[in-house]
Amino acid sequence: MSRRLQGYVVPTIFRYLWPVMEFRFFHHFGSYLLMLKGMFSRPENMKMFWREFMRQCVDIGIGSFGIVFIISLFMGGVTTLQIAYQLVSPLIPKSTIAQVVRDTIILEFAPTLTCIVLAGVVGSKIASELGNMRVSEQIDAQEIMGINTKGYLILPKILAALIMIPCLISIAGFLGIWGGEKAGELGGILSSEQYWQGLRQEFKAYNIFFALFKSFVFAFIIASVPSYYGYNVEGGALEIGKASTSAVVVTCVLILFMDYLLAALLL
Amino acid sequence: MIELVNIKKGFGDKIILPDVSAVMETGKVNLIIGTSGSGKTVMMKCMVGLMPVDAGKVVYDGKDFTNMNEHEKKEIRQQIGMLFQGSALFDSMTVEQNVMFPLDMFGKGTLREKKTRVMECLERVNLKEAAKKFPAEISGGMKKRVGIARAIVLNPKYLFCDEPNSGLDPQTSLLIDKLIKELTLEYNITTVINTHDMNTVMESGDHIVYMYQGRKQWEGSNKDIVFSKDEKLNDFIFASEFLRDAKEMRQMEMFQDQNWRNRIKKD
Repeated sequence: MSRRLQGYVVPTIFRYLWPVMEFRFFHHFGSYLLMLKGMFSRPENMKMFWREFMRQCVDIGIGSFGIVFIISLFMGGVTTLQIAYQLVSPLIPKSTIAQVVRDTIILEFAPTLTCIVLAGVVGSKIASELGNMRVSEQIDAQEIMGINTKGYLILPKILAALIMIPCLISIAGFLGIWGGEKAGELGGILSSEQYWQGLRQEFKAYNIFFALFKSFVFAFIIASVPSYYGYNVEGGALEIGKASTSAVVVTCVLILFMDYLLAALLL
Repeated sequence: MIELVNIKKGFGDKIILPDVSAVMETGKVNLIIGTSGSGKTVMMKCMVGLMPVDAGKVVYDGKDFTNMNEHEKKEIRQQIGMLFQGSALFDSMTVEQNVMFPLDMFGKGTLREKKTRVMECLERVNLKEAAKKFPAEISGGMKKRVGIARAIVLNPKYLFCDEPNSGLDPQTSLLIDKLIKELTLEYNITTVINTHDMNTVMESGDHIVYMYQGRKQWEGSNKDIVFSKDEKLNDFIFASEFLRDAKEMRQMEMFQDQNWRNRIKKD
């Protein structure tokens, strides 16, 4: 490499690496914990808190139902088709396809894939909503009124996510399995009877517990991490966009990390 | 009355307010004026508790706000109304709901009583007809007036206005100034305004604090300012030829007043 090229490449690499090097993990983690601690105080007005909580339930639950419905159906359908494509041995009964579809959807696709999508849908909405409130001084206005803004704005979002996301994941599981059945029938891969027979084979209720446990952990991450990014925005529209992107990226990475950790610990 | 006693505030190595003491008088419009970067906004944020001071104290009617616990601070904050530079109205709420918000959060009484109070405040700022509109549907001047209505809905003892005239035409600015002045006298509020607007200074400034590089450079009333010999203040206030002419005219007008003639002779 010529000296001239080195003189260009090295500073350029350093310039792009610097933000990563500057990434203050402990500072952010500490601030995140303080934010969580700050949420827990007696609400100024229980009626207003309840109203905000219900609004968040509608936003997170009903607002995300459409996308969850679509991805779950296709997720189940595609899983059936791909498993049928791989299980070509005449020694393996067709009902095994349904068994594999069931376990894949319950253990992995319904909780993890749905939550990755929800991290984008719900996470970016939370981060941009709080970011916009911060930038336009709406949060300051509430602080001056004497409201604990962490308790009033963030806690209802986390509680709503903890209730609505496991419900969405349960629905995603049912829809995924139903989508798998329909794809099997339409593709002439296996009949409905064979599919239902497979669903009942070696069913472990623990898998449901595992999926729901994961969904609670993911729901907490989906609501709290974007809240942290949105609540601490400084600047203007550009920073809101950056905060929103960072919130989704960090949420997705944390979901995948926790997915691995929980699988390693609980399975 | 609000007293600032030896307030110090800095960000890292940069000292914004090295040592400021001032008194904001009850029943008067107190103005904080100064060039951009002179520390006006930081001073106001320290006063309302949005920024903690590094040293010194802020005293509200004999009560040391700086060393209060969160519960005590909340009580003081509920007596504070604030008008923000960008109005800080809640986007998802109508004008009526915005003004109702502090009442819903802290007010007592039935819904009918609350609605009556909201309508009283909206009538006071001449915005009764805009009650059902959203902030996005009203003009900048109207937003400021809604901000004022929201700030006074709980009958505050202290009213803070951060650049209430920014982005408004001269006529609307005068309207806002007049409204703030009337409210101050009507409810005997301690009003603190952070402004650049010379009209506000000359028309509403019962008590003016001129900040220069983080220090209190001059203090007096809008009548004193006309005869001030402080060069920095004169350079800031009477920056243009037009304003210098206006100053001379005002001086002549006031000189005709016997009381002022005596006072000037004494000085």
